[in-house]
Amino acid sequence: MTTTVARLHRIDPLGALVSAVGAASLLWLPFVVFKLNRILPGDAHSLMQVLPASAALACQVSLILIALVALGIADARVRLAAALVGVIVVAAAVASAANLLTPAGNRVVRVAPGSGFWVLLVALGLMATDAITRLRPRPRPAVRVLMLALFAAVAGAALAHGTFDNLSVMREYAVNAGRFAHEARQHVWLALGSLAAAIVVALPLGILCHRVPRLRGSVLGGLNVIQTIPAIALYGILMAPLGALAAAVPLAARLGIRGIGAAPAVLALFLYSLLPVVANTVAGLKRVSPAAVEAARGMGMTRWQILTGVELLLALPTILTGIRIVLVQNIGLVTVAALIGGGGLGVFVFQGIGQTAIDLVLLGAIPTVALAFSAAVLLDALIDTMNRTRQ
Amino acid sequence: MSRAATVLRLAALALLVTFLLTPASFAPLFAPLTQYGAPPIYDQGNLLTLALAQIATVCCATAASAVVAVGLGILVTRASGAQFLPLSRTLVNIGQTFPPVAVLAIAVPLVGFGLKPTLIALFCYGLLPIFENTISGLHGCPPAVIEAASGMGMSPTQRLLGVELPLAMPLILEGIRLSLVINVGTAAIGSTVGAKGLGEVIIAGLLSNNTAFILQGGLVTGLMAILLYEAMAAVERRLFRPALIE
Repeated sequence: MTTTVARLHRIDPLGALVSAVGAASLLWLPFVVFKLNRILPGDAHSLMQVLPASAALACQVSLILIALVALGIADARVRLAAALVGVIVVAAAVASAANLLTPAGNRVVRVAPGSGFWVLLVALGLMATDAITRLRPRPRPAVRVLMLALFAAVAGAALAHGTFDNLSVMREYAVNAGRFAHEARQHVWLALGSLAAAIVVALPLGILCHRVPRLRGSVLGGLNVIQTIPAIALYGILMAPLGALAAAVPLAARLGIRGIGAAPAVLALFLYSLLPVVANTVAGLKRVSPAAVEAARGMGMTRWQILTGVELLLALPTILTGIRIVLVQNIGLVTVAALIGGGGLGVFVFQGIGQTAIDLVLLGAIPTVALAFSAAVLLDALIDTMNRTRQ
Repeated sequence: MSRAATVLRLAALALLVTFLLTPASFAPLFAPLTQYGAPPIYDQGNLLTLALAQIATVCCATAASAVVAVGLGILVTRASGAQFLPLSRTLVNIGQTFPPVAVLAIAVPLVGFGLKPTLIALFCYGLLPIFENTISGLHGCPPAVIEAASGMGMSPTQRLLGVELPLAMPLILEGIRLSLVINVGTAAIGSTVGAKGLGEVIIAGLLSNNTAFILQGGLVTGLMAILLYEAMAAVERRLFRPALIE
């Protein structure tokens, strides 16, 4: 009796949750949805209905093994490996389901991943995330970046090889391939360009706020008000003055400054980016110990040398944390710029919403999330590296 | 805060209310922004109804996310749920990389167009700041205070309700305030999937190239967000100032 209790106690609670959710999604939710064209509602198919018996069996056996790992094995590395194998199995299953359901040469039918696929993917992602947080010693920043690069390389290779070409999202990509590259570049350009402009302005502003405490309250308060204005509203509000500027100053119009398009989007993103960078610059400078500044002064450094060589250097991790917030936030907000003709991946999202074509929505949404996620991982790794070398 | 700021806030509120009640009286102001005799004031619906609908959507969704997020925050800070804490932290971090528009767009295939996807997106996106602030608030309780409460013979539930939650309340409310403000903006985007709100006005302006509409929708949404933020801040100050002075 006591041994059973002890053994039950050792069952991993998260593993139990993940296994239960995964099993339920396999049993009751559609794994893929088959549509006669991109707009029509489709027929749901389970994994067992679509794949040939042997492949379906192999799939299920490997998923059951992964569930057993989730339930009973404590080693975080094994759990992580199992979850990643699971992601590959599920991705392979959905790709071959699409290939099997699509008649040869037919470009009209759509095979979309069903809710069962997504839930299964979330469950496996949860297991992997949990395993990563349990890894001891914690993975070094370089290892995390390497893991991200490896994952991106595998996904990129599969996409380039055409593994997923019969899936509905990739069908939308095939139709929009040229525009996709352009909008993706525009998306990155809008996010990074406004960030760069904001850093150029916000760093001196932050230093000034640090030196002149009287300014701090009003500057941070004013920037805070800008943050509360919703993106769609700020884009709209900026259209009017920029349009007027273009009408009044021909040079501005020739430079591409207009009421609609990229100009109001860049300006709005720039304004949103100011607060986190300024606030973190002030906070970072405040944390620099007076002793360090005193020592630098004693060594005969000039004020400029102290600022750049000591104060800003010591405040850099905090400033970078602000930049990370801005970058992730900007990548998300650029999506809304599509509404005012600013381009970016939001174009596909809103076009898809307009046409009730969910696959097109995903073509815009998935890369946006991937971009924001990668940016967060990269900048976190950079900040961690800095903090580690300090210690 | 200074008296000037208070006057500014009241003026903004008065302006918003006047505009929503009698939009037609502002027509001369917006007329120069229109071209070819387009209507200067949004005429495809009542601005007040749209604004109220948007506020109602935002408040429903945020209330739901507050209940769930505070509940989850309490769960992972108890001894029994502590093993989920690192995971939930990571999930919150990952969740924040999802742009609100993506959450909205992903909800549509699951529940269809209309109010539902907007409510779901607002609910999900509102969870994160409240959850994070609940955890920091509960973790920020000084251990000495908790020990004193236990020493007085309080049960864990009494300690939670009588000591920990009141101490964490300012941070929790700040999280709710952040959620509200983010949600007002996301709710405006909700109009693209058929939810009733001021986004309708902005989108109508974008479609018919009518700057007056865009400005009306944008300004009213922005004003609502700012005033909501300030109102919550004022309530918090009223609630917690006496405690801080003691």
